[in-house]
Amino acid sequence: MSTNTINNDLVTENGIVFPSEVMLDLKHLKKVYPTPKGDYTVLEDLNLQIMKEEFVTIIGHSGCGKTTMLSMIAGLNEISGGNISVLGNHIKGPGPDRGVIFQSPSLMPWMTSLQNVLLGVNQVFPHATKSQRNDIAKYYLQKVGLEDAFNKKASELSQGMQQRVGIARAFAIKPKVLLLDEPFGMLDSLTRGELQDILIEIWNKEKITAVMITHDVDEAIFLADRVVMMTSGPKAKIGDILNINFERPRTRKSVLEHNDYYKYRKHLIDFLEH
Amino acid sequence: MSQGITLNKITKLIGLGFLSDLKALFARKLVKEDFIKFLRKFVVPIASIFLFIGLWHLGAKSLYNTEANYKIEKALTERGQVAADEMKACIASGDVSCQPNTLPSPAQVWGSFQTLLEDHKVISSDKAAFIEKTAALNETRVAEGKDAIVYTGRPSFVDQIFTSLKTVFAGFLLALFIAVPIGVVIGLSKTLRSSVNWLIQIFKPVSPVVWLLLVFMIVKTLTKNSNSDSAFIISFISVGLCSMWATLVNTAMGVSSVDKDYINVAKVLKLGAFQKVFKVILPSSLPLIFTGLRITLSVAWMVLIAIELLAQSPGLGSFVWEEFQNGAIDSNSKIIVAMFVIGGIGFLLDRIMLTIQNMVSFNKNDGI
Ligand SMILES: Nc1ncnc2c1ncn2[C@@H]1O[C@H](COP(=O)(O)OP(=O)(O)OP(=O)(O)O)[C@@H](O)[C@H]1O
Ligand SMILES: [Mg+2]
Repeated sequence: MSTNTINNDLVTENGIVFPSEVMLDLKHLKKVYPTPKGDYTVLEDLNLQIMKEEFVTIIGHSGCGKTTMLSMIAGLNEISGGNISVLGNHIKGPGPDRGVIFQSPSLMPWMTSLQNVLLGVNQVFPHATKSQRNDIAKYYLQKVGLEDAFNKKASELSQGMQQRVGIARAFAIKPKVLLLDEPFGMLDSLTRGELQDILIEIWNKEKITAVMITHDVDEAIFLADRVVMMTSGPKAKIGDILNINFERPRTRKSVLEHNDYYKYRKHLIDFLEH
Repeated sequence: MSQGITLNKITKLIGLGFLSDLKALFARKLVKEDFIKFLRKFVVPIASIFLFIGLWHLGAKSLYNTEANYKIEKALTERGQVAADEMKACIASGDVSCQPNTLPSPAQVWGSFQTLLEDHKVISSDKAAFIEKTAALNETRVAEGKDAIVYTGRPSFVDQIFTSLKTVFAGFLLALFIAVPIGVVIGLSKTLRSSVNWLIQIFKPVSPVVWLLLVFMIVKTLTKNSNSDSAFIISFISVGLCSMWATLVNTAMGVSSVDKDYINVAKVLKLGAFQKVFKVILPSSLPLIFTGLRITLSVAWMVLIAIELLAQSPGLGSFVWEEFQNGAIDSNSKIIVAMFVIGGIGFLLDRIMLTIQNMVSFNKNDGI
């Protein structure tokens, strides 16, 4: 849309510059699910480029294929056509370079929060000493506000706390791309707000390229550099992309008070209601 | 306060939650709803036990009368009025020789229970005396390289219980070590699962008797030249084979139905096969595995009696069989004592398994 490309760097309206590197590249992506009534083409010829250190949110009608697309990026869902590359390399299956935060926290309920985070850390930093790995896990648990719950069993934590562990686990493995599928969809609005703040705070520090699906228009605006709108299925593709030109770090208040806020909001709602 | 919480936890864990209600009752902390709960959980079961004993008593009495009338009638038709009167007097006097042989009453069973305990005391003091007497002799015999003299007297009822427990425990361990690993392997592979499914479905319903005969055929040949306790080996292997199926099926099911989210996490983190099995799959299927093990133990205990009886290996099963063959005046009530002991131990074993199951399961649920 209103993006100009100067020396390959992506510059937005009010001058935020993204490094030129394309982190995630979806080319002519296609997904077909075989069903008893014949093949069902969910996605067709879907093209999307996501830059390094960019935060992209994805909205679209229920059932349009958002989860399908995200799980394909994660490598958990087979690609029917086209390809996905991370920093220029085609992906082959899942891997810790693409961390995932699922809608349900998906913690191992028999492990403590620390053990849950360590499960990933041990895998990604096999050469670090035990205490170094412990420190990494504890650092991220502290970041999400769980310094008092290191040794609590995951099954004893509230939904919100479990999702905090999920966030810590995802960041602790230092992925290149972070994929989030409605991570706060199951939480009440108060908890959701808290977790958005935590997420964006860690993200501001780590600047991990993030792709997040959400149903919440305000969440999509608050978190994103760009909001990607998907058309309704079948054969869904990218319908529209909206640049969010608020400076970072953002606060909820400054975003809500910004003149463009309602313009952005109207744009998204118009798209969804078209 | 914290003590109260732990007590609560422990009683819940072993499935005796009503004990904490009882404690609350004595602490006069109960409100009306609690009182109703207490009635339902504690008073009603006890009342129903008494009701059961009462009905049993009446039933036994009526069976006794029927049997007695039949005896008198028979004496009358076969040997005339005098014999019938004699029979009547004999029965009334409680003479052992002419008592009707039928379902014993609760009081008789209680009496037999005490007799059996007495008997155990006598036998164990005999045994102790024997061991003491032969201790010195055995020492010299062993020094000379000869076999020690062992006590070979009749085992008491309590000895039989322990023999049975030993057998069931061995059978249970066998089932555990066969069924869990195989179940895990089957659960991991869809192809393997469908390939052994038929075998499992065919072997699962095979009766304990057939297993026993099969094991007998094999073990008899294998132990021909050794002097090991083949009756024990045969019965514990049969028990293990009969009872392992629930664990096998549950383990395979648990392993194959691990929450997809956990598998996805394992995939994203690229966990190796070993880590995946031991950190994700096994822990998440533990509750189902333990449900299987609990069924296995109760099946093992149930078939044990029948198998001991057939394999003529010592234990409660052969106790029951011997008493039945014996036909002494108190044999029937001894059989019923054995029945209650078997039931009670079965219940106890189930409670123990439930406790372990609750400890390993991550979604704490109160068992029945
Ligand atoms: N394994 C599958 N087999 C067949 N069809 C599927 C499968 N998974 C998803 N679908 C279909 O593909 C379409 C897209 O599903 P997907 O879960 O990606 O939607 P979504 O955009 O994430 O929806 P929501 O917003 O409700 O989460 C749906 O119509 C769904 O029924
Ligand atoms: Mg979805």
